Amino acid sequence: MDLTHNILSLLIWLPIFGGVAVLLTGDGDDAASSRAGMMRILTLVVSLLTFVLSVVLYMRFDGSLSAMQFVERARWIEALNVDYYLGVDGISAPLILLTTFITPLVVIAGWDNIKIRAAQYFAAFLILEGLMIGVFAALDGILFYVFWEAMLVPMFLIIGVWGGERRIYATLKFFLYTFLGSVLMLVAFIYLYGKTGSFEFAEFVQIPLTLLEQQLIFIAFLLAFAVKVPMWPVHTWLPDAHVEAPTGGSVILAAIMLKMGGYGFVRLSMPMLPDGSQHFAMLMIVLSLIAVVYIGLVALMQSDMKKLIAYSSIAHMGFVTLGFFIVWSVSTSTGSGAELGITGGMVQMISHGLVSGAMFLCVGVLYDRVHSRQIADYGGVANTMPVFAAFMVLFAMANAGLPGTSGFVGEFMVIIASFKANFWYAFFAATTLILGAAYTLWMVKRVVYGEVANKHVQELQDLNAREFIVLGILAIAVLVVGLYPAPLVEMMSATVEQLVEQVNLTKLPGV
Amino acid sequence: MSWTELLPAAPEITLLCLICVVLIADLFVSNEKRVITFWLSIVALIVTGWSLMATAPDARTLMFDGSYVSDAFSQVLKLAAVGFVAIGFLYARDYLKQNELHKGEYYLLGLFGLLGMMVMISANSLLTMYLGLETLSLSLYALVAFDRNSAKSAEAAMKYFVLGAIASGALLYGISWVYGITGSLQFDGIARALVANPELNSMPLWFGLAFMVVGIAFKFGAVPFHMWLPDVYEGARTPVTLYIASAPKLAALALIMRILVDGFGDLHDAWQGMVMVVAVLSLVIGNVVAIAQTNIKRMLGYSAIAHVGFILLAIFTGSEQGYAAALYYTLTYVVMAAAAFGMIILLSRTGFEAEDLADFKGLNARSPWFALMMLFVMFGMAGVPPWVGFFAKLSVINAVLIAGFPGLAILMVLASVVGAYYYLRVIWYMYFDAAEDKSVFQAGLDTRLVLSLNGIAILALGIAPGWLMTLCIQVLQ
Repeated sequence: MDLTHNILSLLIWLPIFGGVAVLLTGDGDDAASSRAGMMRILTLVVSLLTFVLSVVLYMRFDGSLSAMQFVERARWIEALNVDYYLGVDGISAPLILLTTFITPLVVIAGWDNIKIRAAQYFAAFLILEGLMIGVFAALDGILFYVFWEAMLVPMFLIIGVWGGERRIYATLKFFLYTFLGSVLMLVAFIYLYGKTGSFEFAEFVQIPLTLLEQQLIFIAFLLAFAVKVPMWPVHTWLPDAHVEAPTGGSVILAAIMLKMGGYGFVRLSMPMLPDGSQHFAMLMIVLSLIAVVYIGLVALMQSDMKKLIAYSSIAHMGFVTLGFFIVWSVSTSTGSGAELGITGGMVQMISHGLVSGAMFLCVGVLYDRVHSRQIADYGGVANTMPVFAAFMVLFAMANAGLPGTSGFVGEFMVIIASFKANFWYAFFAATTLILGAAYTLWMVKRVVYGEVANKHVQELQDLNAREFIVLGILAIAVLVVGLYPAPLVEMMSATVEQLVEQVNLTKLPGV
Repeated sequence: MSWTELLPAAPEITLLCLICVVLIADLFVSNEKRVITFWLSIVALIVTGWSLMATAPDARTLMFDGSYVSDAFSQVLKLAAVGFVAIGFLYARDYLKQNELHKGEYYLLGLFGLLGMMVMISANSLLTMYLGLETLSLSLYALVAFDRNSAKSAEAAMKYFVLGAIASGALLYGISWVYGITGSLQFDGIARALVANPELNSMPLWFGLAFMVVGIAFKFGAVPFHMWLPDVYEGARTPVTLYIASAPKLAALALIMRILVDGFGDLHDAWQGMVMVVAVLSLVIGNVVAIAQTNIKRMLGYSAIAHVGFILLAIFTGSEQGYAAALYYTLTYVVMAAAAFGMIILLSRTGFEAEDLADFKGLNARSPWFALMMLFVMFGMAGVPPWVGFFAKLSVINAVLIAGFPGLAILMVLASVVGAYYYLRVIWYMYFDAAEDKSVFQAGLDTRLVLSLNGIAILALGIAPGWLMTLCIQVLQ
């Protein structure tokens, strides 16, 4: 059987049906029963199979093409001209790989930490994985929207059922914030459907739109994507959701869900609304820089480790939007090199997915043992957990953007690109090298180094094999992307070039 | 007139005859064996459904001197009404048994109500419409007061009856004006009169039309004529609420479509404004007030008001897409409403009505399967994809945007976000809170099976929404 024809469908539906199977297997209300063990193995097998499939996708992916690959198309809703239309290009394929790479790690990380209703927990993650892949693969507006919204449901339950003390507040805030952001995107889709008679993204890119239309649709999209990224000032759901979510939920939120906002900008806003995006580019750049500088300062003040990483996520995602929206200023001032900003933003998304996921897992390791996320409750962890401390320091360095780690590549590319655009953009963006190092390393200093602070730290056990495998795999990934980013960059280069062409073409009617 | 000319009305005639059979048979059934009446009623519904299929005319057929019409639209609505009445009876059976309310009257009044709905759906004149409406309404008043020992039910029935009588009066008054001005009671006659004499389209006719819109809005439960609805939903016993909340919505859709579209389609400009005001108020007030409710039946009552706002906005557009969207929305809403009240019945038991939101606490621990079904219902009503409620909202918003009202479309989606909060609260109680009540469900296997199918249908109709949407468009062509 040749997988190439429907590999994307397999990637989407294998985890979803796998999740349903896990739900049906159940754990018989006893997380330690043999049935529960079977259920866990089934979950792991499904998530690994999905990863293998995505590796097949990567092997057969042709990075020199800018067109959509592995396209699948079938009629879905006749009355509204909606298609089940899937395909990937250089922008979506790396994000699908990231999704399938992170999910098995989350499954392993949650292996025996989840005591209540474990079957539902693992099923939720598998279903969520399929839906997230669907978001990245969908090329039809309604199909995209269905995956985009449906994804909220498992995450709503993950935070609400297995979260911390204020989980209900956090999860309602998460759901309503993102739901409110998204509904106007739906209205914009239907408006575009009224103009083109189709929900196909390619049609949306073709149709000429007046500047006013582009501006209004841009705002509708902005609400959806800015909430997801999240950009200042609509970021306030994120610290709550991250802090209250179980470790696995935080990892998926930070590593993948936030990327959907960035993905939305490059997939929808910029090619569909080039003039509208250009009109708002300055606003986007300013908001991104506020995220980098101001949120970086906020992160410095946090006493809760998860909150600190949450704020650092917002600051790092500021780089992504900065890299995307400087494309016009770069093009007008130097005429070339605009690709660098977008590629940098994309690499930053992948890197942040790995690093922030790893950081949340590190906090999860500590939390499982001490049941506290407060920095003040730790100190001198390196004395009792030397292996863990080595990992934590590595990931902290990557978070601070140390050369050789993945964190450096994306940030460096974005900073170079912003130098080409405007000195002051680069100046403020570069403050992250100081701020990022300050908040991350200061936290590491207080948690990992120094004298053993209290008897909890004294009693700490070092990593077990399961935790070691998860953090080890992530560490390898962080270093590989940091030392040899070329395959990743090559994968997306043709698509990025095409995108830069698209955003520089005006879509105003009659021009 | 030959017998075959009566054929399109055969389902109603069959149903009436069968009701008489059930009525007489019920007299000879002892209280312990009341389930016989239930099965007889189900048989009556199956036979009626079969006769609907068997006598379906190929094209639109008029009879009784043009007072009665049988077309694809009536066919679909009647089949759906028969189906939902049957589902309602099934959900009700065990509940009525447990609460010593298992009397034949519930089924008989339900069947009479169905007869009224079918007459309404097929009405082609204002008088036929009124006859059907009163048959339905009187059955509903009696059903609400069905539990003689409950003061709350009696109060609700009284309120419903008095306000319903006023609304019927308003409708009749409007009918008399329209008849006086156009000289016709039949919808196509009215339409023809308006085409022939455009000068009729003036203040006196609008005056009559306004009264008719008031009557329609009342029957639909749209703001500001909604006061009865939450009280009746709360006061009536849950199986009765289930009945009121499901099939009669289909008849109400027929009421508005037949009068405003068939009869006054050319006067779209005259009624558009009135319908919009009522629809927007329903949408906003229904969603906002529902947040404050602690009684789930009341909450679903206000949610019904909000959903009616969506249906009315679809009709307000005055376009083919809009009418198809209204039909699609109503059909899918009724599927969800039936499942929602079915869940409340499932959670109730002898002497205990699970009508507080708090009664849903910890349902996931008690029964993960039915918690999942309720999750389907709630996300479906909230309009979250992939459940069918999303596609219903999508088709309405599409119609409104095509008609050129982006502001209304934005209002609709924002109202949906407000609405999402109270649906999420039910899910929060089911999944995030611990169970206070650990009793076992008493419902029979068949009820559980149908309720599960009902819940799954909400998901399945969302994953494959195309065929029903296409059907709704074809039916109205």
